Amino acid sequence: MSLSTSFPRSRFRPDARTAAIIESIVIPLGALIASALIFSLFLLVLGKDPIRFFGLVWTGGIGSAFSFQNTLQRAAPLILTGLAFAVPARIGMTLLGAEGALVLGGFSSAVIAIPMVLGGWPVWIGLPVMALAAMAVGGAWVGIAGWLRHYRGVNETISSLLLTYIAVAIMNFLVEGVFRDPGSTNKASTMPLGADWRVGDIPGTSVHWGLAAGLVLAVLLWVLMERTTFGFAARIAGGNLRAAQAQGLPVGKLAVASCVIAGACAGLAGFFEVAAVHGQANASLAAKYGFTGILVAFLARQNPMAVVPVAILFGALAASGGLVQRRMDMPDATMLVLQGIIFVTLLVSETLYGRLPFLQATQSGDRT
Amino acid sequence: MSDAFFVVLMAMIGGAIRVSTPFLFVALGETLTEKSGRINLGLEGNLVLGAMVAYATSYSTGNPWAGVLAAGVAGTVLSAGHGWICKLPKVNDIAVGIAFMNLGTGLAFFFGKPFIQPTAPRLDAIALGGWSSNPQVRQALMVNPLFFVGLGLAVFLWWMLKNTRWGLVVRMTGDSAASARAMGVSVDLVRLLATASGGFLAGIGGAFLSLYYPGSWNESLSSGQGLMAVALVIFARWNPLRCVWAALLFGATGALGPALQSIGISKGYYFFNAAPYILTLIIMILSARSKAASREAPGELSIVK
Repeated sequence: MSLSTSFPRSRFRPDARTAAIIESIVIPLGALIASALIFSLFLLVLGKDPIRFFGLVWTGGIGSAFSFQNTLQRAAPLILTGLAFAVPARIGMTLLGAEGALVLGGFSSAVIAIPMVLGGWPVWIGLPVMALAAMAVGGAWVGIAGWLRHYRGVNETISSLLLTYIAVAIMNFLVEGVFRDPGSTNKASTMPLGADWRVGDIPGTSVHWGLAAGLVLAVLLWVLMERTTFGFAARIAGGNLRAAQAQGLPVGKLAVASCVIAGACAGLAGFFEVAAVHGQANASLAAKYGFTGILVAFLARQNPMAVVPVAILFGALAASGGLVQRRMDMPDATMLVLQGIIFVTLLVSETLYGRLPFLQATQSGDRT
Repeated sequence: MSDAFFVVLMAMIGGAIRVSTPFLFVALGETLTEKSGRINLGLEGNLVLGAMVAYATSYSTGNPWAGVLAAGVAGTVLSAGHGWICKLPKVNDIAVGIAFMNLGTGLAFFFGKPFIQPTAPRLDAIALGGWSSNPQVRQALMVNPLFFVGLGLAVFLWWMLKNTRWGLVVRMTGDSAASARAMGVSVDLVRLLATASGGFLAGIGGAFLSLYYPGSWNESLSSGQGLMAVALVIFARWNPLRCVWAALLFGATGALGPALQSIGISKGYYFFNAAPYILTLIIMILSARSKAASREAPGELSIVK
């Protein structure tokens, strides 16, 4: 009988499960605050005012209804690419293929739309076909990396990044060549879709439906990963591959399936970029949403639901970038530096899990 | 026909030497790092940051070789950060590499903005084609001294890893951290030094990009060469001498697009640009799970499971 149990607890002592949840909120938040401080120091060294910087991020990203809608607009693809990293990460795969799936998926949806637009198909059939094409191509593209990883032992991190470069090259090749619209003189693009063939905004807002799609998918994928046999098996394989194999789990199929899901999410982001933002496919598709999604997923600790608020945070940074650039006379790479600092700080913070003194109290107390 | 073939061949030989140099430096740096048992995916960041720092230094001092040195120092600092973070428990070296790729390119673009316009003094090449009257041969044999530095470095690294005490310590740390500790070697320190020196070399690779070929600083200067070099190291099976051949092969593939353009075949330019990535992928598929690779891989490496 230990003393600590016979007296009322004077200190907050959570059980292991609660401690894990508290950790997964406190540590990333702490890392964010630390990165804000490091970045402030960076700004001070350069003679810029950090308070003004964060004020502008607030004004440009969250402060008004207009700027917040801009933020949500940019968060939409980030939710989808964040999910594209988070899902395979649960099975232990580090995939950098979202950017390629987004580009190739968006491009495919723009191309498949051409005969449908010219043939006068109804839009309510055409847009879903475009979305499905984008998801299928994106899923197949990232699926290659998953297949190579599992059946050929090729490192998925490098292969998926190579696939991204190849995807961008394929799109540039085809947009400059076969699928170039003769009307696009300045910037080679596919045929413009026209005003009818666009995904509209969510009623009452100026945010396109991609945000709603992202929210729905985040919930669905959370259920898939946390509440189904598939997710359970995937998490076991991610935690201990040998144990999963010994249990007879279809590890290879799980790995390829999570990659296909990831690619489909990123491909869907590409569809919305084409059908809601650009109205055609061109080099603007490669806007690095796929790469920012990696950081989003890391900060969300690979939890599909947590991806949403984190994506909104990075959407706000992206939305306020222009304002910061103009008002403070800073290059557009400012946000890249901030993202890099957040990323590094976040990874340093990983070392704190299970070592926070106020959460450790439980274990040491019980051991007495 | 044969004339066009000769032009393409010469352009590819010259191109292979030019394009391979940054690959060679990054690959040698990565070899050293991986031999110590750690992988640094962030060398792409070193390459871009090195390119920017080299260009900026060359512009402000007027001395391109000062730029080369500054690029190496910038690369060392960046990779020392990587090495320091990776020694913390529960930190994944691959993720840290991705983060440093972001941080390195972010810093390079941030500080490099004012240097996109101005022209900095570039590195001179050595003309080895003086004996030939053929302009294509002369053009192909304009070789940058850094290429020879890279060759010398490959031989030196090969010799050092094989024959010296330091080489043995690095190899032992990479093959079994436990036995290195038993011998009283500080595993973290060896890996920190190996990562930082690898970062130095990758930074110099970046200096070659901005100060010789393509020879200017802009934000699309490197497109994954740093990452391809990591794949190249696996292909070269952690042997510095094989890195030279692998880098030349990658260089020749990279030179294919421009070489065909020189005889007027510009169709499919983007497609030929993708050739190095496709080659890397094919090589990775072929070299994965090969018996030779698994025999020669450092035992502590997380990337070759």
